[in-house]
Amino acid sequence: MPLWPRLRRLYHEHEYARSEHDTTNEWLYPSRNCIWQQRLISKELLIFEVGTPRRTGVDFPALKGTKSRLGGMERTSEIGLPGLTEPEVMRHYVRLSQKNYAIDLGVYPLGSCTMKHNPRLNEKMARLPGFADIHPLQSENTVQGALELIDELADWICKLTGMPAVAMSPKAGAHGEMCGMMAIRAALDAKGADHKRRVLVPESAHGTNPATAVQCGFSIDSIPATDDGRVDMAALKAKLGDDVAGIMLTNPNTCGLFERDIIEIAELIHGVGGYFYCDGANFNALVGRVRPGDLGIDAMHLNLHKTFSTPHGGGGPGSGPTVLSDALSPYAPVPYVVKSNGTYRLVEDADSGDSFGRMTAFHGQMGMFTRALSYMLSHGSDGLKQATEDAVLNANYVQASLSDVMSPAFGGVCMHEALFDDSFLKGTGVETLDFAKAMIDEGYHPMTMYFPLVVHGAMLIEPTESESKAELDRFIDVMRGLALKAKSGEVDMFKQAPIYAPMRRLDETQAARKPVLRWRVPTTD
Amino acid sequence: MRYLPLNNNDRAAMLDVVGVKSIDGLFEDVPEAARLDSLIDVPLHKTESEVDGHLTALAAKNRAAGAGPFFIGAGAYRHHIPATVDHLIQRSEFLTAYTPYQPEISQGTLQVLFEFQTQVAMLTGMDVANASMYDGSTACGEAVLMACRVKRRKKVFVASGVHPHYTAVCKNTSQYQNIDLRVADCAPNCDAGILNGLDKDTAAIIVQSPNVFGEVIDLAPYAEAAHEVGALLIAVFTEPVALGAIKSPGEMGADIVVGEGQSLGVGLNYGGPYVGLFAVAQKLVRQMPGRVCGETVDANGERGYVLTLSTREQHIRREKATSNICTNSGLCTVAFSIHMSLLGEAGLRTLATLNHEKACQLADALGAIDGVELVTESFFNEFTLRLTKPAKDVVEAMVAKNVLGGLPAARLMDGQDDLLIVCATETNSDADINAFVAALTEALS
Amino acid sequence: MKYTEDHEWVRLDGDIATVGITTHAAQQLGDIVFVELPEVDAEFEKGDDAAVVESVKAASEIYAPVSGTITKINEDLEDAPEMVNADPQAAGWFFQIKLSDTSELDGMMDEAAYKAFIED
Repeated sequence: MPLWPRLRRLYHEHEYARSEHDTTNEWLYPSRNCIWQQRLISKELLIFEVGTPRRTGVDFPALKGTKSRLGGMERTSEIGLPGLTEPEVMRHYVRLSQKNYAIDLGVYPLGSCTMKHNPRLNEKMARLPGFADIHPLQSENTVQGALELIDELADWICKLTGMPAVAMSPKAGAHGEMCGMMAIRAALDAKGADHKRRVLVPESAHGTNPATAVQCGFSIDSIPATDDGRVDMAALKAKLGDDVAGIMLTNPNTCGLFERDIIEIAELIHGVGGYFYCDGANFNALVGRVRPGDLGIDAMHLNLHKTFSTPHGGGGPGSGPTVLSDALSPYAPVPYVVKSNGTYRLVEDADSGDSFGRMTAFHGQMGMFTRALSYMLSHGSDGLKQATEDAVLNANYVQASLSDVMSPAFGGVCMHEALFDDSFLKGTGVETLDFAKAMIDEGYHPMTMYFPLVVHGAMLIEPTESESKAELDRFIDVMRGLALKAKSGEVDMFKQAPIYAPMRRLDETQAARKPVLRWRVPTTD
Repeated sequence: MRYLPLNNNDRAAMLDVVGVKSIDGLFEDVPEAARLDSLIDVPLHKTESEVDGHLTALAAKNRAAGAGPFFIGAGAYRHHIPATVDHLIQRSEFLTAYTPYQPEISQGTLQVLFEFQTQVAMLTGMDVANASMYDGSTACGEAVLMACRVKRRKKVFVASGVHPHYTAVCKNTSQYQNIDLRVADCAPNCDAGILNGLDKDTAAIIVQSPNVFGEVIDLAPYAEAAHEVGALLIAVFTEPVALGAIKSPGEMGADIVVGEGQSLGVGLNYGGPYVGLFAVAQKLVRQMPGRVCGETVDANGERGYVLTLSTREQHIRREKATSNICTNSGLCTVAFSIHMSLLGEAGLRTLATLNHEKACQLADALGAIDGVELVTESFFNEFTLRLTKPAKDVVEAMVAKNVLGGLPAARLMDGQDDLLIVCATETNSDADINAFVAALTEALS
Repeated sequence: MKYTEDHEWVRLDGDIATVGITTHAAQQLGDIVFVELPEVDAEFEKGDDAAVVESVKAASEIYAPVSGTITKINEDLEDAPEMVNADPQAAGWFFQIKLSDTSELDGMMDEAAYKAFIED
């Protein structure tokens, strides 16, 4: 049922079908007069509105009535949780799930988010009891396979990035950025370079870059972009100085472009005694074709949930292993795995050595490590390279096929994502937001909007390698159709969109002005 | 390659449309010095069955918790997770969706987040909660930053008994922000002496209950002392099931509550992914880090949910954001919420009581062994024993008998070599307990 | 009333200046959802971050247009931030600040100059 708009398109493509069909099946072929999701996707109350305190969906053995040893801290108040039986719970969540779009339902072209296929083999592997049902503090003798897996994945990561070391524990991309910037800070502190506190960040950078640098005690100095979407080298050179701690640069950058001068940038930063943090959010454009280690970087996080396809899960969990150069690896966070005489061991104590500390309890996102290694083993060196090339080809194909009706932000080839600005909508009354919402009515999740900030009304499309040519051709047709409709003055359709989704546009102003962040028992006044 | 839909004909036709001769033409911006001309030195692609075989062999080298008697807690707990939970979180619409930035086609995720926030707020006895953090330890680190931001003060106390990994994360998170973190020695029978140090420069005190030794702590005196100097109480827990049996931190005066939600719905996973819980008093909501979901209406006036208060976050505030956090624990949040929904009020309270009864039974059985002293008077499902031999050696001796009998405290802290931290949950049978008693008796004799 | 290049207005009454954002700024920000105001008695140097105004998708710092001490804040904005959109240059004022140096007003624009500035 969540295929709401696709069914509608089916109707357009096969109009004959309706007349041939039994009228009882009419819902399969909705028309614009028939907003069928209102008939098929029910409103779903909150669990608090349907449950009752006494019911439960879990059976337990009888209690013994043991005397409590809680030290007088027994709970006396109600928690207020609703109770539901198992079938009620099942329906609630299945119904809710049907209000979601998902990569398994169709093209999900969110630029910089890398919504690629999530192989189910990886899910199966992560659920093996030998991985899913082991405790992080079990004796090392009982988890040799887990430590070996972490070591094997680390080896793949080092080889793919061309870097000598990797810190595995960061829990997500932004946490990996923190890891890299803390290693830089620790390296500077070890040298007594406490005057080096300025970090250069291109204005196109993701917001986590400046937020992370500030948390590590640095100040931000923004570098402008050139007209072709890359770092302005003249501006960069003008900002160099002895107080520069380093640079945070995404490559390919957030405009989907490879930073041509990257090796020179690395040399310039190293020349003033600074370090090069490369944001690896877009590493999926490089795997197997370029090793960041060959570009002169000192640190880079990987998003296992983007490049190596661990599921996004509606916003997480992520995993952000961070590769480090020889200059930074002594400062890597604990824990890490070492191997001696065929036995794996965890180093967990930060007090010995130069480690900057511990970033999280335990050892990182093991469940994601298993999935990522499963993905890497499946692809192999050849498949990973092919995936990269297909991702870049798909993005260029979309860009080339839309360039006459939409407006690419920069000329030339792109990497894994195609960036458009809103100049093709100028004078139409349609804005980027409206265009995105109209895509929903056509059965697609919108692209990333209004990011990067350096482009007006940005639309960032990342098809990934998971789309077939036929699927891309359909997507391109729809995008062309929408662009032409906008130009032909059909403003109202765009402003009303979406009308075929489970909900119409939501009032974000009301949500932010008077935040209602939880359910409460209704008062009767 | 089974995951790649393009074939060579497609590729040729598409390159033609793009207007380049070969795929190399798309990588022309890469400096020549960095172009790879051969495959990277890792194995070639494998079939699904080959990968399955390789990873299954690795998994077989680990001793799964369920493969015998198992009694380890200390921040991660083994509970039975109803089959419904794993089925539901593997639905494509939950598993393969992104962050719900387009609310019209993400109401599933959003409503679950709204329900999750409500469940966490109820459980902790607080006004509001966010849509989760990476895990309990990072949530604790964020709480330190938040308290210093709210109070514009730079001193934070960590009471004895806070999980040492959590303390380490707080130290790490705050180390470059001139925050003065005063950490009490970690030892059983939590000493409230730390309260004497609180002063007008103190932003917060962090107290965990049940703490890493399993002790249930009355937070009220800590709240009182903190509030007296205008500081906040940050209450920490690592076992959410405990809140089904003991007073909530909110009832005892906590201002910020952080905890690990792994026990419900998530599983052990060798330490991650987990789900960090973060709840605050209403007046602090705009200083709270992380993603939050709020209620609103759509253009037809129907109730719906959106991500809100995003101006606190890094993608808008950049260097002035409350935190650099970008993701939450997404799918683990869904798992937690489904498990909570299945339990409900009655189920959670029964589960909590069952855990406490098992722990009492185990404490009595182990405490009766020669060379074992129970040092934790009041506890929930975890307690600490003092042994006459180094706990590390004893644990390894029990491993040889296929009993995973607790955690040597020395794994987490210095100078407590004779302490063993032991946990019992509803998953432990009487036979497990008997096997533990036999193995410990033998190891100590 | 005087205007700054940061789209703030300042109205002087004795040595107390009332500060808010201009109609133009309010329009540019869109629907305002929250205003974070300074504490009374807080001291600022000219150019310091004194307040934050948030719309759904943006947050902007409000700089202290002059140096001095906050004497009063517009508490009504706490419950009704929409007043900044409805009446930015009167009821939607942010805070009052006691000037430590009145000459700091000298460089500011008058209404005509500000109008020219935003049309530029």
